[in-house]
Amino acid sequence: MAESIVPESIQKSRPASDVDWSRVARQGALGGLTMVFIAAAGMVTVLDKRMIVDPWLSLGLIILLWVPVFFGFMAAREPTPDGGEAPVKGERDLLAGMVTGALAGLYFSFLIVLIDRFDISDWLSNLLPKLVDILTFGRGIGTAAAIWIIGSALLGLIGGALQVVSPRVRRMVTWAVVGTIVVAMLELIVTNLFQGLHIEWVADLLYAPRGGLTTQAAFVLAVVFGISGFRSSGKSLDQRRQERMALPKEVLARRNLIAWIVTVIAVIFVPMFVGGLTNELLANVGLFVLMGLGLNIVVGYAGLLDLGYVAFFAVGAYTTAVLTSTESPYWMPELTLNFLRPEGWIVVGAVILVGSIAGILVGTPVIRLRGDYLAIVTLGFGEIVRILFLSDWLSPYFGGAQGITNIPSAEIGPVVIPGTNSQAIFYLLAVFSGIAIYVSWRLQHSRLGRAWSALREDEDVAEAMGINTTAIKLTAFVTGAIFASLAGMIFAAKVGAIFPISFRLLISIVILVVVIVGGMGSITGVIVGAVVLIGVLGGPTQPGLLQEFGQFKLLIYGALLVVMMLKRPEGLWPSLRRQRELHHDELRQDAWLTGDPGQDTAEVDA
Amino acid sequence: MPDPSPILEFRSVNIHYGPVHVLKDVDIEIFPGEMVCLLGGNASGKTTTLKTILGMVEPSSGDVVIDGTVMTGSTTAEIVSMGVTMVPENRRLFKRMTVYENLEIGAYLRQDRENLEADLESIYEMFPRVKERLSQKAGTLSGGEQQMVAVGRALMAKPKVLLMDEPSMGLAPVLVQQNFDIIKQINDVGVTVFVVEQNANMALSIADRGYVLQTGRIVLEGTAEALLANEDLRKAYLGDADSA
Ligand SMILES: Nc1ncnc2c1ncn2[C@@H]1O[C@H](COP(=O)(O)OP(=O)(O)OP(=O)(O)O)[C@@H](O)[C@H]1O
Ligand SMILES: [Mg+2]
Repeated sequence: MAESIVPESIQKSRPASDVDWSRVARQGALGGLTMVFIAAAGMVTVLDKRMIVDPWLSLGLIILLWVPVFFGFMAAREPTPDGGEAPVKGERDLLAGMVTGALAGLYFSFLIVLIDRFDISDWLSNLLPKLVDILTFGRGIGTAAAIWIIGSALLGLIGGALQVVSPRVRRMVTWAVVGTIVVAMLELIVTNLFQGLHIEWVADLLYAPRGGLTTQAAFVLAVVFGISGFRSSGKSLDQRRQERMALPKEVLARRNLIAWIVTVIAVIFVPMFVGGLTNELLANVGLFVLMGLGLNIVVGYAGLLDLGYVAFFAVGAYTTAVLTSTESPYWMPELTLNFLRPEGWIVVGAVILVGSIAGILVGTPVIRLRGDYLAIVTLGFGEIVRILFLSDWLSPYFGGAQGITNIPSAEIGPVVIPGTNSQAIFYLLAVFSGIAIYVSWRLQHSRLGRAWSALREDEDVAEAMGINTTAIKLTAFVTGAIFASLAGMIFAAKVGAIFPISFRLLISIVILVVVIVGGMGSITGVIVGAVVLIGVLGGPTQPGLLQEFGQFKLLIYGALLVVMMLKRPEGLWPSLRRQRELHHDELRQDAWLTGDPGQDTAEVDA
Repeated sequence: MPDPSPILEFRSVNIHYGPVHVLKDVDIEIFPGEMVCLLGGNASGKTTTLKTILGMVEPSSGDVVIDGTVMTGSTTAEIVSMGVTMVPENRRLFKRMTVYENLEIGAYLRQDRENLEADLESIYEMFPRVKERLSQKAGTLSGGEQQMVAVGRALMAKPKVLLMDEPSMGLAPVLVQQNFDIIKQINDVGVTVFVVEQNANMALSIADRGYVLQTGRIVLEGTAEALLANEDLRKAYLGDADSA
């Protein structure tokens, strides 16, 4: 039957002459454009200093070289026609990939010739002659162009070949390449960790003195990763997670428990073995996990797009500063942020209280607004709060642009946690994040959590089902505000001095991106998002693991957001929900939330 | 033989949306155990009537009385707690939540949580298809399945009065018939049903009584037989319904 609809040619392997040339031309042009853009953004010049495999492969080259492979791969991928069989792969796919790569290389060498001939750095400040040096490998311009075209063609050919080979081989190649590059990128952390474990010699074997893997190490790693890739089952992480969800409840519960115990042990012990730099990264991640979890309740659970979330962070920080800084007119010498003493509890209590009030103040006027209006108004509120702290009018209390300095460090009993001790700060944040995770988790599976989901899906119907939408919206705002103000409190104690500039709109945006990229409504997603964005790329002001990317951080954030929205809108680690065995859990959660345990729980359990 | 005290009553209710006068002196009386339909063309105010019952729109004058209590100005939550539930127009499931979670939301305000399990079972009995799809996202269900879940969700509230807004809209004729069979079945176990319809023929064939709304005014009311026999109504609605 299908034969009549689907052309014969699509079902059989087509000869090499039968290439979809318009597709190739399109992908080639896109590839060339991407390479030109990457170079024009200045990435090649900056990242060239970072070695991946010493001495011949720099990060600057890698971010160009993936392009022909990728577009070659795309050009060789043809859609399976509806109702037809998947087209048989063959030499024409190789040809398509190769020509695509060659085209991309050709367009790119135009750029090289262009910047070699004319100094256009006035218009595009990154296209400096220095870039030519990098891109011509110190040879003549003609040779360089030829190298780029032929090299890109070969890379495109590899891309095309990846379509032709069996999935197993494809996995082997991808694992080998990606694994090796990741180990190279993690140089800082791995060295740090090995030093902590007193096995520096392993790090010395892996990495060259100038940075980057040694050629031998790269080779060994590629082989190891290649073999693992070849032997792997090829199931995606998502598939595995889905399968896990289908396991019997007891097995799943046990595995979850084990996973949590391992995580907790890692959180406790890893910081001891890594150096200050890694701990600094971890502390930054912790701060954004705490804030992300709060915003996740507002945006992920309740579906209220809050663009002014930084306001609550600021409120928490300023509350702490006003109460504890010796400079503040309201300074009370008795009040210190000591988590083991009543004075400290007063500060924490005040932060929670003021945060909640801020949540209600911002929440109440916007409660009637929906979607885009809500986003715009919260955006405005976020700025208003910052401008209030900046204003001359309130400067007697908040110090205007000078902010509030001399905020004492947090303490735990007799132990001071100086802001410079990032390991201690990380532990502090880990404790607060742990509590926030627990609260988020209980909320998610509570009756309130279910009502939030309904609100997010369809506000009118939620109301018609008898859900008090006003009340649950405010609850979401207040819960989110509390998490952020606690983060603000720790932030103030960590940095010791706060200024309005520390609470820019950019922070709201970054937290939102963390939540979206991680997976809205998913607790693990927030953690994954914070690790990837804050830990790896860096926060709004904090450097990340890939410090070299520092100046391109926002560019990469943006690109990541676009790709995620197009390809994986549910986020990196979406929440999967298992159909639970009826209301037993939920009832317990309710009892926990309303604070009256017992009631009819016992009957239901029986 | 209807019970003398109505379970649901409109006493000359007027509704304004800003300057627009949508319901004009509407009087409705529905008695326990009855099935009553509200007929009317587009924009005649049918959905508004249901929203008024649920307290989602406030009358500019007049009263809504439920079970002998004046409920004008009460919150939707209070009214739902009294046992009034709606199956909204176009079903409107919570699309990215599972079927199971949709059903759960229906029981949001119920206090007698120990009975939920049994009620779920009775819904699965009524709609075996629903049981098969419990962990599927509601947005991916077929239209007919969505209707089942929408009804199931409303029933999870254990309503005394079930409001249905155009249940047959967008369903294939065979499903429309099935749907009305279900409504009849629900009514037979003692739930009062107030159903809004444009499909007058079908609605009147199972209802006890009906009201006809025209640009916000009740222009006709009576038993189903009387309405079916009414010449004006036949001209206005039934001709349409037959050809549809
Ligand atoms: N929120 C609102 N604001 C302003 N006008 C409204 C609002 N809701 C409904 N209306 C108007 O009230 C009138 C009645 O609307 P309603 O939804 O009750 O009609 P309906 O009888 O349910 O129609 P349909 O059969 O098309 O669903 C319409 O003219 C509509 O435009
Ligand atoms: Mg309507």
